[in-house]
Amino acid sequence: MLDDFMTRAALAGVGVALAAAPLGSFVVWRRMAYFGDATAHAAILGVALSLALQISIFAGAVAVALAMALTVTVLTGRGYAMDTLLGVLAHSALAFGLVAVSFLSGIRIDLMAYLFGDILAVSRGDLAVIWGGAALVVGLIGWRWSALLTSTISSELAYASGIDPKREQLVLTLALAVTVAVAIKVVGVLLIAAMLIIPAAAARPLSRTPEQMALTAAIIGSASAVIGLQSAYTLDTPAGPSIVCVAALVFLGTSVLQSLRS
Amino acid sequence: MSLIAAENISVSYGANTVLRDVSLAVESGEIVTVVGPNGSGKTTLLKLLIGAERPQSGQITRKPGLRIGYVPQKLHMDPTLPITVERFLRLPGGNTPAACAAALERAGVPGLSQRQMSALSGGQFQRVLLARALINEPDLLLLDEATQGLDQPGSAAFYLQIEEVRQKTGCAILMISHELHVVMAASDRVICLNGHVCCEGAPEIVSAAPEYRALFGTGTGGALALYRHEHDHTHDAICTHDHAPQDKRIEAAE
Repeated sequence: MLDDFMTRAALAGVGVALAAAPLGSFVVWRRMAYFGDATAHAAILGVALSLALQISIFAGAVAVALAMALTVTVLTGRGYAMDTLLGVLAHSALAFGLVAVSFLSGIRIDLMAYLFGDILAVSRGDLAVIWGGAALVVGLIGWRWSALLTSTISSELAYASGIDPKREQLVLTLALAVTVAVAIKVVGVLLIAAMLIIPAAAARPLSRTPEQMALTAAIIGSASAVIGLQSAYTLDTPAGPSIVCVAALVFLGTSVLQSLRS
Repeated sequence: MSLIAAENISVSYGANTVLRDVSLAVESGEIVTVVGPNGSGKTTLLKLLIGAERPQSGQITRKPGLRIGYVPQKLHMDPTLPITVERFLRLPGGNTPAACAAALERAGVPGLSQRQMSALSGGQFQRVLLARALINEPDLLLLDEATQGLDQPGSAAFYLQIEEVRQKTGCAILMISHELHVVMAASDRVICLNGHVCCEGAPEIVSAAPEYRALFGTGTGGALALYRHEHDHTHDAICTHDHAPQDKRIEAAE
């Protein structure tokens, strides 16, 4: 079954969608969309370093994404606004990454594959990394779910319940770095934030509880991956962007539904 | 021992000293109100008490096993987060739907379990926050400007509810407020804070103290009787009128 590249691609897309759904819900609730975007952009530097050092791209991307996210977390509140810091760090990392890649002589690198993903080239090994990473992210968020939710609603309420919101923020940062790293192959660094935010935002009007929203986002994300791949195959369009397009159409649909209801 | 006691705590942010040598204690079953103008360190004090911040000097002791219920200032609930009242009350976990319903009842808003948090009115929202603080049967209830955003009848009703909660559950209450006329009548003891403890004692005593009048004027004195609670025990006045920070007295009022 895994011999078929379309099956492998679909499984990869669903894996990323499953990890992105609960994480993406938190990104939406905590207004971290730009943070997610910035972390993803920084990952291209990780890709360049991995290629130069000949280590696994997954490891390099996780390391740089994590370093980026931690730097922003530490520097916030020291005189710069969060979005300024993110703008500086994310685009610098992206630029340095692109420059670094150009120094790598001898290896012909298809940069487009990392910027927009190369889901149709997913190997069995990639699949193992994606599902392993997704399981890690879902497990981590599931384990900390109540604490994360409490600190998202109010850090004071969290403290009063004996939860340290800073530690929960670290959990999310770690989950974000892993998600970015596993999603590079599927949608590329430029569209990772879309996989985080769009399914969660599309799920919002259909949900009454946080759990429902995360679950609905997982269904919407997975369906977008499968339908997007099919359309890409039929219409001969790029696969990653096609997946995001389908998710965006679902978002449009549920938003219209909501405005009709109210 | 006291439920919670702060001893000589000081906090400063950079060169700005927010709290200087503040001591206070809450005994079981009493209602204590901390009043103070904006920037007097009220909220910092409450953050220290719930453990969200640490003092630079001094120490805070809690009675072992102390259960604290915390009602924050009006809390912003992001509309992108769908959550029912019941789910909110069950955070961070462990409470049954029956316990949620009982807490809502005690907070004076029965039957809201299945409503969305974002669909509540201001008064309902504050009572849901109160219900959440009550759900674990706290020994001490901490309220931070809990009636901000409520109109005057709304806050009066809210404070009556607090008194009722104290009567029914016997928990101690520490609240922070600038709504002097409403709060003071309901309190057993008032602590007037302005970076340091200016004066402390029964509501009548504090409202007559020159330190208090210097901070708040006399305008609120006449409204003290808005709804005075009806037990006529007496408190010892401990307010030292020739007041200076180093010689203030910090014993409990009774």
